[in-house]
Amino acid sequence: MTTSSKLLRTLALTACLGLSVTACGSNGAQPAQNEPSSSSTSTPSESETGAPERAGADLVIWADDLRAKALKGVAEEFGEANGITVAVQAVSEDLQTNFVTANTAGNGPDVVVGAHDWIGNMVQNSAIDPLNLPEAQQAEFSDIALKGVTFDSKTYGVPYAVESIALFRNTDLVPDAPATVEDLVASGKASGAENPLCLQQGQEGDAYHMYPLYSSAGGYLFGQTPEGDYDPTDLGVGGPGSIAAAEKEAWLAKEGALKTSITGDNSISLFAEGKCAYLVSGPWATADVKKAGINYALSPIPGFAGMEPAQPLTGVQAFYVASKGKNKAFAEQFLLDAAATPETMDALYEAEPRPSALKDALAKQTAADADTAVFAQAAEGGQILPAIPAMAGVWEPLGKAHAAIINGADPAQTMTSAGDAIRAAIG
Amino acid sequence: MPARTHAPTEASLPRTATAGTGPDGPGRKPAPAHRSLSATTIAIRVALLGAVAAVVVWLVPVLVAQERWIGLAGLLLGAAALGAVYSTSRLVPAKYLLPGTLFLLALIIYPIIATLQLSFTNFGDGKRGTKEEAIASIIGSSVEQLPDSPVYALSVGTQGSTTDGPFTFFLVDAESGEVSRGDAEGLVDVPADEVEVAKGRVVEADGYTILTPREVNAAGPVVQEFTVPTENGAIRAQGVARAFEGRTALQYDEAADRIIDTRTGESYGIGLVGDSEFFVKEDGAPAFSQSWLQGVGTANYERIFTNDVIIKDFLRIFAWTLAFAALSVGLAFGLGLALAVILNDSRIRGQRLYRSLLILPYAVPAVIAILVWSSFYNRDFGLINETLGMRLDWFGDPWLAKAAILLTGTWMGYPYMFIVCTGALQSVPSELREAAVMDGARPFTAFRKIILPLLMVPVAPLLVASFAFNFNNFNLIALLTEGGPFTADNPYAGGTDILISYTYRLAFGGAGAQFGFAAAVSVLLFILTAVIAAGQFRATRALEDVN
Repeated sequence: MTTSSKLLRTLALTACLGLSVTACGSNGAQPAQNEPSSSSTSTPSESETGAPERAGADLVIWADDLRAKALKGVAEEFGEANGITVAVQAVSEDLQTNFVTANTAGNGPDVVVGAHDWIGNMVQNSAIDPLNLPEAQQAEFSDIALKGVTFDSKTYGVPYAVESIALFRNTDLVPDAPATVEDLVASGKASGAENPLCLQQGQEGDAYHMYPLYSSAGGYLFGQTPEGDYDPTDLGVGGPGSIAAAEKEAWLAKEGALKTSITGDNSISLFAEGKCAYLVSGPWATADVKKAGINYALSPIPGFAGMEPAQPLTGVQAFYVASKGKNKAFAEQFLLDAAATPETMDALYEAEPRPSALKDALAKQTAADADTAVFAQAAEGGQILPAIPAMAGVWEPLGKAHAAIINGADPAQTMTSAGDAIRAAIG
Repeated sequence: MPARTHAPTEASLPRTATAGTGPDGPGRKPAPAHRSLSATTIAIRVALLGAVAAVVVWLVPVLVAQERWIGLAGLLLGAAALGAVYSTSRLVPAKYLLPGTLFLLALIIYPIIATLQLSFTNFGDGKRGTKEEAIASIIGSSVEQLPDSPVYALSVGTQGSTTDGPFTFFLVDAESGEVSRGDAEGLVDVPADEVEVAKGRVVEADGYTILTPREVNAAGPVVQEFTVPTENGAIRAQGVARAFEGRTALQYDEAADRIIDTRTGESYGIGLVGDSEFFVKEDGAPAFSQSWLQGVGTANYERIFTNDVIIKDFLRIFAWTLAFAALSVGLAFGLGLALAVILNDSRIRGQRLYRSLLILPYAVPAVIAILVWSSFYNRDFGLINETLGMRLDWFGDPWLAKAAILLTGTWMGYPYMFIVCTGALQSVPSELREAAVMDGARPFTAFRKIILPLLMVPVAPLLVASFAFNFNNFNLIALLTEGGPFTADNPYAGGTDILISYTYRLAFGGAGAQFGFAAAVSVLLFILTAVIAAGQFRATRALEDVN
């Protein structure tokens, strides 16, 4: 004990001295005064681990792991055509936060790849610049994709894919696509599967996956201005439509079709194991379902009988020009010339089969793959996910309201107080 | 989990028998006259001081370039102090105190001051940059392409420098193929024989140097801000090889500090929305989502003390935070101590094997362990309910959720306590126990009256540290229950929320990240934790009297 402790103390002391040197170094290197980073607050450390050091290249692109890999080839080609070096860096966690922070500090990338509902927050942080897409080029994109990247009547990015959710069914258990939610519940229960429907909620709820059912009963998130922008002062949560939806959810829970024990972690695997008759999920589930080797088919999510059709939320994935990038001219050039090409679309589609934003590429994909056709149709008919910053205050309270209702809370009261909580949060 | 991240061990083990071989290793003896430094010591000292010098040489240009004067001053003072103290053979006490002091300043005092500073600002989403940056972004974003205007293939030419200009735009109309030349004066047609066009772009022009794409990019803002005035707007570059005719819809009037919309004539002045200034419409609503970093005085603190939602749940959550921290430490310590005592008995075979197995949970990364545990608790598909044949709604019932938190917390925390107690037990001389038994004490009494008090001397400060750690154990709560379950009428305060997870949600769950507010909350939490820890250390001082 004593010898080993002596050794340890020696080591510790040495380490201390070594560290004290680096400590005063890092003290100096840290932002001096009014550039506080998240590290000086009490935020959990995970949020600051993901951002890489900006690579030294003529054009730097940040994307998530999957996209970064898929973009390597496209980026290299663009680099060769322009005689420059292009680096694609993968940011595996919190890409948006890391990007906004790095950009504010002036050491972010030139191009960032991400979902369109980041636009509101990125714009209020002055992190991205709008892009003037020539009209001829605009016409090549599907309407819903363009609508996604349009914020305050300006185009903020070049879209490459749209995503939405649809209904998977295990054709061994339920051969035919249901016409209504009532059909779905009846056939799901009759199939003998452990769970008629796998729709991920968990204890915290999941407003995104619940939205199709919520919209069918008349619920909405934000109303729209005459120009088509979302209006943060017109909140749909707590309104009559949302309460009708809440009552439907309570009924579905009673039927065993909605459970808080079905989460984002287990819903896809439960379906793949044949324990769910139906699954509500997106293109990201296809690979797992195919790998499991079960017989499945896709169809649009049905609405409740006698109510509106179910509209999923449509997300758009896009490229953006960073406002403080060191190579803005190349960044804009990349978006105009390289991002919106069929080759880029194909590369990203191969990485994950989300329907492409370019009409030509999409036509090819839907002809070749029936699943993509269903997802494209769902995205086309979906409600574009609100990109306004106020949306940040909606997800949690609305999700928790869904979970509480499934767990047996009073539907009307729960939805009303969720609306109040959201209004208080977004001010 | 408790105390895994901090190192109170260093300070709290009372028997600091020997000092190590730092640069000051042999200088431990008080009489400098007998000092004779060995070659190794000198080498180590030179190497470490050299490293300090190297760091200074490396960082000074960086800090000067970034104009971080305070950081620079701190670096130089720290380096000077290190150099002065370790290059002489005097100042022996300072040799011991300086590294710790530097650590204290760099890793504790500085972050606290930075957090305190931050708590008096509105820093957060939409309020990150300066006012100038916000205005530039608002104006810059208002450039719109004129309807039906042509798209041009752009070549940038210059008769001066390729980095500073003056620049001239050579434009080829993508449809008609007509070539024109534009500068600050305006646009003129260019006869075909003065330029050479290839692949739809001007590649050579008489009297001009055409910039390569790389040069256009490098010229950056100079090219980006260059415009060629036209009848309805201006032609500006987009990327390195295109240009479009657009119009800036908004203008900033610096004298009046207002933004004017040239299309409608409306103008927006500064107004206060919440705590922050925005450019507002006449009705007081923000006209643009961009705001900027501002000092807001004590507004963040006022918000904490006047917000109904916060006040309403604070006491309940504070009580659970205390209970959670105390119980996690108590349970982990109880289990760890019991196992340590049992395995300390030399009659047990395979002591080492048991000990290695028991500290396994310590070797599993916390994040993974918590996520695996969280799947165990699933009501319908979880391991625990399946094994027990029950359908307990672990995360749906507030008391079961609390039990789940404590169970997982104990599982993660006991190996640390086990290691600490095993070490401490081995340092208690066995004669003491034997003597007690000889005097007629029963084994349990001997343990309680003799061993435990001796054990508590080194262990008690660790328990205090573990308590403080668990008081702010964000990971466990956030990854296991996310603070849930929540009641139907309150999505902000859950059944297992502790102060840190609760305030994290308040600061980041609503309208984006609000770092200023979060900093104010952190300062208050820091004060609260400090007061509690101070009280506990005062209480444990009584234990040291045992020695």
